[in-house]
Amino acid sequence: QVSAALKEGHVTPTELCQRCLSLIKSTKFLNAYITVAEETALKQAEASEERYKRGQPLGVLDGIPIAVKDNFNTAGIETTCASNMLRGYISPYNATVVQKLLDQGAVLLGKTNLDEFAMGSGSTDGVFGPVRNPWSYSRQYKEKSVPKSHSEDKEPDWVITGGSSGGSAAAVSSFTCFAALGSDTGGSTRNPAAHCGVVGLKPTYGLISRHGLIPLVNSMDVPGILTRCVDDAAVMLGSLAGHDPKDSTTIQDNFKPFELPDLTDVSKLSIGVPKEYHAPGLSSEVLALWSKAADLFQNAGAKVVEVSLPHTRYSIVCYHVLCTAEVASNMARFDGLEYGHRSDMNESTESMYAATRREGFNDVVRGRILSGNYFLLKENYEKYFIKAQKVRRLIANDFVKVFRSGVDVLLTPTTLSDAAPYTEFIKEDNRTRSTQDDILTQAANMAGLPAINVPTALSERGLPVGLQFIGRSFQEQQLLTVAKWFEKQVQFPVIQLEEVKRHDSGVFQHQKSASFS
Amino acid sequence: VALRGCGGAWRQGWQQSAGRARPGPSPGPGPGPGVSPRGQRTAACSARGGAVPAGKSGLAPWVPVVGLEIHAQISSNSKLFSGSQVQFAAPPNSLVSFFDASLPGTLPVLNRRCVEAAVMTGLALNCSINKKSLFDRKHYFYADLPAGYQITQQRVPIAVNGSLSYSLYKDNKMSQMVTKTVRIKQIQLEQDSGKSLHDDTRSQTLVDLNRAGVGLMEVVMEHDMCCGEEAAAAARELQLILQTLGSSQAVMAEGQLRVDANVSVHHPGEPYGVRTEVKNINSIRFLAKAVDYEIQRQIEELEDGGTILNETRAFDSKLGCTVPMRDKEGKQDYRFMPEPNLPPLILYDAKSLPANMNHQQVINIDWIHERLPDLPSVKREKLVEQYGILPEHSFTLLNEEGLAEFFENVVKQTRMKPKKVIGWVLQDLLSYLKQRSLTVKESPVSYFLLADLLNLLEKEEISSTAAKHVLAELWKGEGKTPLEIVKEQKLQLLEDQKELEQICQAVIDRHENE
Repeated sequence: QVSAALKEGHVTPTELCQRCLSLIKSTKFLNAYITVAEETALKQAEASEERYKRGQPLGVLDGIPIAVKDNFNTAGIETTCASNMLRGYISPYNATVVQKLLDQGAVLLGKTNLDEFAMGSGSTDGVFGPVRNPWSYSRQYKEKSVPKSHSEDKEPDWVITGGSSGGSAAAVSSFTCFAALGSDTGGSTRNPAAHCGVVGLKPTYGLISRHGLIPLVNSMDVPGILTRCVDDAAVMLGSLAGHDPKDSTTIQDNFKPFELPDLTDVSKLSIGVPKEYHAPGLSSEVLALWSKAADLFQNAGAKVVEVSLPHTRYSIVCYHVLCTAEVASNMARFDGLEYGHRSDMNESTESMYAATRREGFNDVVRGRILSGNYFLLKENYEKYFIKAQKVRRLIANDFVKVFRSGVDVLLTPTTLSDAAPYTEFIKEDNRTRSTQDDILTQAANMAGLPAINVPTALSERGLPVGLQFIGRSFQEQQLLTVAKWFEKQVQFPVIQLEEVKRHDSGVFQHQKSASFS
Repeated sequence: VALRGCGGAWRQGWQQSAGRARPGPSPGPGPGPGVSPRGQRTAACSARGGAVPAGKSGLAPWVPVVGLEIHAQISSNSKLFSGSQVQFAAPPNSLVSFFDASLPGTLPVLNRRCVEAAVMTGLALNCSINKKSLFDRKHYFYADLPAGYQITQQRVPIAVNGSLSYSLYKDNKMSQMVTKTVRIKQIQLEQDSGKSLHDDTRSQTLVDLNRAGVGLMEVVMEHDMCCGEEAAAAARELQLILQTLGSSQAVMAEGQLRVDANVSVHHPGEPYGVRTEVKNINSIRFLAKAVDYEIQRQIEELEDGGTILNETRAFDSKLGCTVPMRDKEGKQDYRFMPEPNLPPLILYDAKSLPANMNHQQVINIDWIHERLPDLPSVKREKLVEQYGILPEHSFTLLNEEGLAEFFENVVKQTRMKPKKVIGWVLQDLLSYLKQRSLTVKESPVSYFLLADLLNLLEKEEISSTAAKHVLAELWKGEGKTPLEIVKEQKLQLLEDQKELEQICQAVIDRHENE
């Protein structure tokens, strides 16, 4: 819609950019952005405006304001990973995905908040503070969650966004941008998407370049896409996917962008419902929505079958070993020499290293480095790392078997429940939280499969709940087509951002429902 | 990158790491820590390949066992995993890509040329080439290893189970040669590290990352050698092979070839002794010395009732001995892990080559095999066969870069028999060059000047004494041809009877009074 409006001149890229910037300011309390690149964004918008004037826009994305998670390198704009280690670090190069977006005329508004080095599931453990879920300030949440007995002015607790791409999810959810990049290693795109009521796509491993994404777990990381609707996700995917000579793990073939058909007939589809996703701690609300969704498909004529992924329950413990091992390795480069924080401690090289890393990393990162190094010790390698790799293969094989049996797409919940209030969430440590929260999303990373969160309905508390579709490797088109059909059926409500409305009523009205595709 | 220190303590820390045994590729030429020299006995081992007679104790003889780990820098335009240039002695940190400096988010991209060089080398060393090899990360913290790990091939290297034949003079006699074989355990591709320069006066360490990420082939030779001469001959033969293939320039002085020796001794029939690793060897000659010294040291130590520590020692070329390197961390655990950013390296042969594959994207082992140049051993055989020269002469010809070509060119341009030419090339030309430390390329006498001269000799226009005189004149490099020198100095042989008689008469006349 916005793209069409740009083309027709109803709105100019500069106006659009300014509106977004102004919204970012009025929603500053969400803490969604770490860096707002106002100046460069306006310059990019002007350049885009020129192209529209000449009638030569670069494509659908030209002039579209986007945000990027702060673990993607952006030339000239700070890249911090929400860590003291990289505070103030300005990368000399753009990540491939960032470059691709800029090449297609997108306007980069800024860098979004996250858990330090993407390690977390709440977006609460970054050095710049937690991200607040925009739905905390929605009319829907307030109406349902303000205890009637309490006085009128008592604000309900604000809820977390989920993570680790919480800043990106909040940015899209609060309309400050039209699409955002996240990253997804164990669910870091889909989890916050579910909690913030937006679409979150984790493509197949190898479909999108990781060059320039500061790694968490190289063998599972995938750049994620957060948008307001499935169609937008397809457009973003089309502009990002394909071989990158700078990332040897990307597919060799070029990727053909696609438009999603409006599916009318789902009778040929086979939807698998894996029983193992009926996990301990799954809220009755989410369970009910999940069943309802399955019924929806069945009633529309699709074949809905219960399937089994027996090894999924080992996924989290297996992930813990593989993730920490790679983290220990990937974090070794942060020694204070070439870039990033360097401690003043200089009694010896070793003491400088130690102090730099102690000062630069938070407890979560240091904890993972320690356990990772433990798992990689010669005496432990077979027992933990090799075993975890074998289990990973079993998990992936489970999916292969299910898809070979004729299932097209799997339908599962994305999260166990709706978003927790911050005060509740921080009662448990990061590790416990990640273990619980990644449980439904994580296996797709183990197997490298594409998966998407589609916002489905509001919970009793007035917070978003999403469901997840998992597709076959490189079958994004099929996955997104199904997701789009589902999206259309459920008609997820638009967020009523009272707070923002009060702050900035004019801008908000214009923005709220537009998608760019 | 400059690391500035403030106090003495800092300096100490850095200095310690300077002389410390470090993992990964050896740091290359550099001064070793100084200690008092040990009374050195002449190494008793030789190419006999047998045991070393027992020392003063008169017990059973000792059997020395020597293995080599050789790091050869791959001769390539760009580094193993990045596009930065490879060049010796470029301004510090001028050849560093984002990847080489380990900037977050950068990924390795394998250099095809480096793979081809390793395949070539593997084939030349009779290895089986693994059609699927893997990359691993080897972790350790060091200032010139920016990522905190080296990408290497620990689990499945690119080439395994080869052999290398080398020859050496029997009992140090120039007349008899023996040929031996050492097994090649494996060849692995890996990254080189940067260089640390320790500035003591300013208490700082400077890091130069130009070398960081350059491709290395680590060639592991089994413990099939028994003395310094053998180790030196094997390393020299490998060096020649690498240079012939062009897979490495293998200049030891520039650190393109770094040799570490593993040495142990034991009595016959007993298990191998505890071994030490000798590093910091920067020439083939020093390799022989270092190994022989270490063998002798171990024998003496054991005969004195001492024990050998499994340690890393450095060779001090000035003192001619090995000294322990400070290894304060003790045993390192490298925490090996598969490199997740590089898919398995798949190579093809004619049979397995997929039909629809782009040639640019695959490496065909057979294709490389067919294009291997003649290896030194084959060249030597050809020289012996074609020119009827002695085998030892063929070794000498190949040992000096360009000498064999020089010889062949001279032969082509003269009627003199190759057997005679070889004497001029080896005794006259080569000894002259050696005296003045010149390479064949730098020789003031080109092959056609020598050929001209030998032709004059062959046509009996000058005597062999005169020819030597002309050659001495030619060394001056004044641009005169042999013929010009002969004419100027009237050195031609006289064939005219009358003229000869006249000269003789003149001599007699002058001496009439005596």
